[in-house]
Formats: sequence, structure tokens, C-alpha cells
Amino acid sequence: MSDRALLEGSEAIARAAVAAGCRFFTGYPMTPFTKLLEYMAALLPEVDGVCMNAESELEAVGMAWGAATTGHLAATGSTGQGLSLMQESLSEITNARLPLVVFNMARGQGDYFQATRGGGHGDYRHIVLAPMDVPEAVELTRLAFELASQWRTPVMVLGDYYLAHTYQAVSVPSIEGAAPEVPDWALNGSSGGSGSAKIISPLGGGVEGEEGFDLGAHYAACAAHIQEMSAGVDPLVDIGFCDDAELVVAAYGSVGKFVRYACLRLRDAGHRVGYVRPITLWPFPSKAVHDAVAGAANVAVYEQNMGQMVEDVRLATLGAVPVEFIGGPSWDHSGFGIGPDINVPDISERILEAMT
Amino acid sequence: MSNDQIFISTDTPPAEPAALVDDFTPTLITQANHHLCPGCGEPIAIRAAMEAIEELELARSTITVFGIGCYTAFAHNLDVEVVQALHGRAPSVATGIKRMLPDGFVMTVQGDGDMVNEGLQEVLHAAARGENITCLLLNNGVFGETGGQMTTTTTLGQRTKTSIEGRDPHQHGHPILLSDLAATMDGAAYVARCAVNNAGNVARTKRYITKAYESQMAGAGFSLVEILTMCPTGWFVDTLEGPDYLQDTLAPVHNIGELKTPLVQQ
Amino acid sequence: MSTITVRGTVVIDVEACKGCDLCIDACPPRVLEMTNHEVNTRGYRYPRLLAGCTGCQACAQICPDFVFQVYKYDTPQELPLGESSER
Repeated sequence: MSDRALLEGSEAIARAAVAAGCRFFTGYPMTPFTKLLEYMAALLPEVDGVCMNAESELEAVGMAWGAATTGHLAATGSTGQGLSLMQESLSEITNARLPLVVFNMARGQGDYFQATRGGGHGDYRHIVLAPMDVPEAVELTRLAFELASQWRTPVMVLGDYYLAHTYQAVSVPSIEGAAPEVPDWALNGSSGGSGSAKIISPLGGGVEGEEGFDLGAHYAACAAHIQEMSAGVDPLVDIGFCDDAELVVAAYGSVGKFVRYACLRLRDAGHRVGYVRPITLWPFPSKAVHDAVAGAANVAVYEQNMGQMVEDVRLATLGAVPVEFIGGPSWDHSGFGIGPDINVPDISERILEAMT
Repeated sequence: MSNDQIFISTDTPPAEPAALVDDFTPTLITQANHHLCPGCGEPIAIRAAMEAIEELELARSTITVFGIGCYTAFAHNLDVEVVQALHGRAPSVATGIKRMLPDGFVMTVQGDGDMVNEGLQEVLHAAARGENITCLLLNNGVFGETGGQMTTTTTLGQRTKTSIEGRDPHQHGHPILLSDLAATMDGAAYVARCAVNNAGNVARTKRYITKAYESQMAGAGFSLVEILTMCPTGWFVDTLEGPDYLQDTLAPVHNIGELKTPLVQQ
Repeated sequence: MSTITVRGTVVIDVEACKGCDLCIDACPPRVLEMTNHEVNTRGYRYPRLLAGCTGCQACAQICPDFVFQVYKYDTPQELPLGESSER
């Protein structure tokens, strides 16, 4: 039973996470991530869950790592810089094959590379989901926990200031539901003394009959897993008006919602413009983007940064269609990423320019 | 007492009736042959830690979180559940585990480089928070795994690869006495320091570790046992000189003894 | 002929030993002695047992390579001094 309520984005996400079975959350206060931490601190005790106000982001991701080894659904999060502090652990958690959902309530869109390429060391990739508004964030939060468990990997939900603090009417599943069963790979101590006690390590399991570990073999297995994930995860994308579009505009996240609306209005005014909004940022919906822009003369990418997703769009089109970047950083004095440029008239103007 | 070199055969158990009082490898250590250097103190400490787990019948509820150092070789050699953490982060990982498994027995095994250099804030915050976990600090005053560089517990005058003429306070600063620091935390219930450089100290180490475990079992809060271990390779001394080097170089600064005990010790 | 009381004995896994000598000084009755020339297959010298072991386990507790198995005789043995060791 899900009831409809006017909720702040952070609360809707928190409720969706708990409804999905999240029973451990930790974080360090940082705007605009803080409210999510506050709502989780209020909600989790109601379902016998644990929410910890970590003393640092380094310790937050460490605690989430530990909680994840017990098979209970765990999550953490932060904003930009806080995510930077977590990258080492996120890379190693990937190699330790642990499910973890990470909420990056970013400031602006400058974190695209960090999110999709990973700011940590080594060969690893993470699934990244970028909601455009609160209802979509509720759905993607549920999906994030599902994918994290299914692939035993970290999954990032990339939000921002707008998502965190916008109130919207949403239907949010109740948090009363039971958490999913603990998987059998999880630890609880009981395999101790059995002759083959379990180990969860980013360095891989032990090698039969030999001491220590075979790092090479483990990294190869991790690489294979990431290839499998890259091919196996169905990338979500939102496409509109592209069939006869002269220009297709690409954008993601909250900014993507404004771009989508601008395209809608331009269509009403008779302009043949379409849009493509990647929702899954990794694995990037390359095929869908490629097909969507195939008939267009030009592609324009609008992001509130210096041009990051534009590279993925270029990779997806492989030169079949020229791809132009029409976005740019748009800061306000708070630096929280509430860019003044994110308004429909300004975006529409840039789109029209790109059409000539 | 000199006797004229009668060597007793030690290939097989005695024919005469006798009780086996100590087997080769503790049951909770699965792989005896490890790669740690001759004369290393870490296997001695880990043996004491695993024997105490077995004696307190904790094997089926224990999760050990390993830091990164020479002792990491044992992460795959134990018959208790293990989580391998990143350098310095073990107390945080252990916190997440204990919060989700409050009835589980959660401990960390870390070195001085891991705990007192890389992860100082992790262990101090865990202590301040009174996290009901037991942290074991294997302190040999050097980064052993990388060949004997200075750590925050290296003592003044101690020669290492990065304090060649001996640690000089003006250039290298002063050692951090981790146990003394942890003992000042109100959340710390049991804090003790011991060593494994002679049989008596090994027995004391086993006693302190057992008391730390009992403190966790009683829910008394954070417990820490710092164990001074020999590292002949990293100290540039012969294996036979390791025990005395520890006594003369580490023990005078990192004093052995119980620094804090729970008010009510079950 | 005088004898020596022996309360215990050990089994030594010679191949596991890395020749670190720690057991020699740790043994209270000092009845362990490193070989001079004999070495195990890894090239390490190893300890040998003289008469006088008390089964106190000091060697086992200090040994980093778990080389010792320690036994305590149900009744102390009296070993005549001077008898050849290889019985």
C-alpha cells in the first residue's frame, strides 16, 4: 500500500530506501546531502535499523562496508568533496563484491566524471542512476538497492540540490515491509571453526592449499564481473520527439527536466527538436542515444559543467552526427549548484542557436 | 647446567604415557606455513588471539577485521570469519559489523602503521564512541611489510629506513603512545599493552587479550590490546636479538601493563 | 650412575622451522640447542632437545612458526646421563 504525500526529495528518497529494505545508513553532514541523513536518522529506528552520524566520510563508507558484509542492505552518501573522500573505499568495495547504495546529492553537475568514471584507483565501474525529479528518484532508489543486491556491487544515485530540497507529491511505498532475506554469502561468524570459515576481501578469497591470495586471478574475475554488468544492466533512457528531429538535445538529472520542457515548448512552436535524457549514466545507454540521434543533423549537449557527458554522447554517436556542447558552469554565490542559467528561456535560446 | 649433549629424539610423540599440552598450530589457524620473517612477533600475537577465541568458545560468532600489513597474510589462514579492510579503516568496518550484529564478537587486527598512522582517527573515534569491539594493535614501531620505515610509534633514537641516524624529534617528531591515548577516551572500557618477546610476556598477552574479549562480551564498551612484537628484519637486527631490542627500544616508551579496566569486570 | 628427571618432551616439525633461535632463550631449563651444520630443506638450522624438558610450553608459545608439539609425561621419567640419545 503506498500513500500519496507532499514530500521533500530527501524524505521521499529516505522512505524509498527504507521501503527497499535498507537497514543501515551512515553519513557526514554536508549540504545538500544532510537532509537525507536527517530523515534516515528519524526513519531507521522505526524498523530496527541503524543510522550513524559518522565522524568523517572516510569512516562513513568504512562503516557501510562493514554493515554490507553482514548481508543487510546498507547505504551511505555525501556531496562532491565527501564522495572524493570515499573513492578509495568505493573502489575496494567493488572488488570485495559488496552491495552498497551511495547517494551523491551533488552541487551542480561537475561530478559526472567522478560518478561515472569512478574517482578511485584501479579498473572498476559503478552503476549510476540520475533521477530528474522526486517521483523518479523514488523509483530509482528502489532500483538501486535491487541492482546492488543482484550484481553485488555499489550503485550510485546521482542527485543534486534541486532533488534534495524540492517538495513534490509522490506515492511512496510504506516502510513497514520486511527487509529482504540475508544472502548466504553474508557473514555472521557461524562458519567459524568449520574448517572453511568465510572471508570477504577486496583481495579475493584464499587459494586452496596455499597460503595467502592470488591477486591477479581475483582482479581478472572482478574485470569479468564488470564486463558482465556493463552488458547485463539494461540502461534506462528517456527519449522524445526524435523521429523527425533536426536537432537532438542531450541532458541528464534535474537539468534534464528543464531541457525536456524547453524541447516540449519548442516543439509546440513548430521547431523540429528532440531530446534524449540518459537516466542510467553507467552503463551509458550508447545504443539508444546512437539510434535516437541517427536522423538528426546536429546533437547539442546541455550540462551545468564544462562538458562531461558530452564525451559519452560523442562516443555513442562515433562521429555519425556532430555533437556540440551548449551548456556551461552556472554557479550562484552559494556554490550549491542552484545555477541561474537553469531556466527555460535561456536554455531554449541556446537550443535554437544550436539549430542554425 | 651442562649435560654431555644427550639429544632426545623429537621426531615422534613419546612412547611413554604423556598428555599433549600444546599442539603445533592452534585449530583456528588453518595454514601453518606463512611467509612472515624468521623471528617475527606477529604470528605469536595472532596465535594468542586465536587461542583465546577458542577458549572462550567464540569461534562461531567471531568476525575479525584485518588491516593491511605483514599480518594480512593471516587473513586467509584463519578458521574464523574475516573481513579484509583498507589500511587504517578496520575500526570503522568493525563498527558497521557490530552495529548490525550486536550479538556477534567483532575484533580488528592491525599494525602500528595501520592503526596509529593511517587510521588514527578511526580507532580514536571508535574508542570515544564506546564501540563494543576489541582492537588488537601489533606494534613493532616500523612499517614491516614495506621494509622497515618509520611509523608514528617509532621511538626517539630508533633507526629505521626513514630515520637512518635514529628518530630525531626536531625532524621526525615524537612517538604517539596509542594505548595511553585510547585510555583517556571515556568510551574505552579496557586498554592494555603487552609484548611477545618472552614466554612470560606471551602468557601476559594471552591474559590481557582474554580480558579484552570478556570486556566486549560483557558489553562494557571499547577494548584495545596493544602488543609489542619483534621485527628483526625491519629493525636491522639478528632474530636472536629481537626480544632484547624490543625490551630496550619499544618497551621503555610504550609501557607494558593494564592502562584501563572496566569498572565491573565480569 | 646419576640420572636426570625429565617431565616432558616435544615433537619438532623441523621442516617448518625458520631458524630464528627464539625458542633457545625462551626455554627456562635451556634444553634446546640449535644445530650447527644440519639444516632443513629450506636451509634453516633448527632446534634439538637435550634432557631436562619440563613440558612448560614456553617454546611453543614463543615460536612464530608453530614448530613445537609439547607433551607432559604422566609420571616424570628418570633418564640416565650418558646413555645414547637415539633409543
